[in-house]
Amino acid sequence: MNNFFRKSYYGDIPEGKGGGDQSKQPSKVPSNGADLGEASDWPLWEIFIRSKQGLDHKHMGSLHAADAQMAIENARDVYTRRMEGISIWVVESKYIHASNPDDAENFYEPAEDKVYRHPTFYDLPDEVKHM
Amino acid sequence: MLQQEPEKIFQVKIEGEVKIEPKDWMPEKYRQTLIRQISQHAHSEIVGMLPEGNWITRAPTLKRKAILLAKVQDEAGHGLYLYSATETLGVTREQTINDLHSGKAKYSSIFNYPSLAWADIGAIGWLVDGAAILNQVMLTRTSYGPYARAMVRICKEESFHQRQGFEILLVLSRGTKEQKEMCQDAINRWWWPSLMMFGPHDSESTHSDQSMKWKIKRKSNDELRQNFVDMIAEQAKVLGMSLPDPALKWNKERKHYDFGEINWEEFWNVVKGNGPCNKERLEARRQAWDEGKWVRDAAEAYAEKKKLKQQAA
Repeated sequence: MNNFFRKSYYGDIPEGKGGGDQSKQPSKVPSNGADLGEASDWPLWEIFIRSKQGLDHKHMGSLHAADAQMAIENARDVYTRRMEGISIWVVESKYIHASNPDDAENFYEPAEDKVYRHPTFYDLPDEVKHM
Repeated sequence: MLQQEPEKIFQVKIEGEVKIEPKDWMPEKYRQTLIRQISQHAHSEIVGMLPEGNWITRAPTLKRKAILLAKVQDEAGHGLYLYSATETLGVTREQTINDLHSGKAKYSSIFNYPSLAWADIGAIGWLVDGAAILNQVMLTRTSYGPYARAMVRICKEESFHQRQGFEILLVLSRGTKEQKEMCQDAINRWWWPSLMMFGPHDSESTHSDQSMKWKIKRKSNDELRQNFVDMIAEQAKVLGMSLPDPALKWNKERKHYDFGEINWEEFWNVVKGNGPCNKERLEARRQAWDEGKWVRDAAEAYAEKKKLKQQAA
């Protein structure tokens, strides 16, 4: 297992000074993804952008900023350099609540056996042209 | 047995081309590989601004200066998309940046070469961005959702980079004798390092090809490198310039260009930190970080003050 990742792909040069051998350099990143930084990062914001009038705001990505105003200005610089947007929403990431992907099977199960919710469930004679 | 289960489900998803998203279960090694690879990619974008930034003040015309500024700004943006993707894997931005500054994390060795003349900006766009694009187009189909999405955005912006580089060289190649020489010289210096960007030969690997199995990578180093040589050899003809490899020759049977062997000693030397600009690049990044501290502190203090004011109101 140690040598599993010895192959260095384009853009994936092993860490450490050993050149091709990463096995002697255990990563310091904890398995649970715990915060090892000094917690001085600015808060993380999720960015939503409306690309043109009449469309929904769509999630574009995230960035760090000290406050909402700065998040909006940074989002402009990062996500709308080529006129990709006309309106920006920013939400601090910690306020996003998400469903649990591990529960997906049970969570969405009620919708699965209700095919009659789809128009294609109903066989109509050809005379009825567009319905 | 139970421990095997999530790994199996994960692999089935990968086989079925279902993207992996941040909150999904993933093998720890998959996470680690992605953290290393995406952060290296991000660092490459950021360090990549340095050789080009070197020429912003000396661009030959206002048009070229504006273009170069826009390009360097794009690279900063690309770095940010990738840092954000890294963060979804559970490492902080600060940790990632610390790893660059401490020398623990790597970035693409190509940026440890100096940009000596204006033509280098053309060669970087054409060759270096050209090589990067091949890798990045492949990565738009990578199995990790946030990485793939960042790549789609990057690829959209990147084609301008390669085209502007080629155009710089095209103008030089039609210029005076000195300009032609400058053009050829830049190509000569950037050609081999660009080939090195694709990494060691596939045959170097004696171990299991996990990144392929996990569909993080879709093409091998040698495959991508061959694509690159085939593409550039043709484009060089349009420039009327040569590539500094006597072994470069169209192979009718293979329907590919044959080309000479890379100097692997040089490759590993630069990776290990002994390239022409390794120290300078890292020093520039550290300095930027340290000298920017008061700005970060001030912004934080200002945000705090505004918050207090709002609470009082």
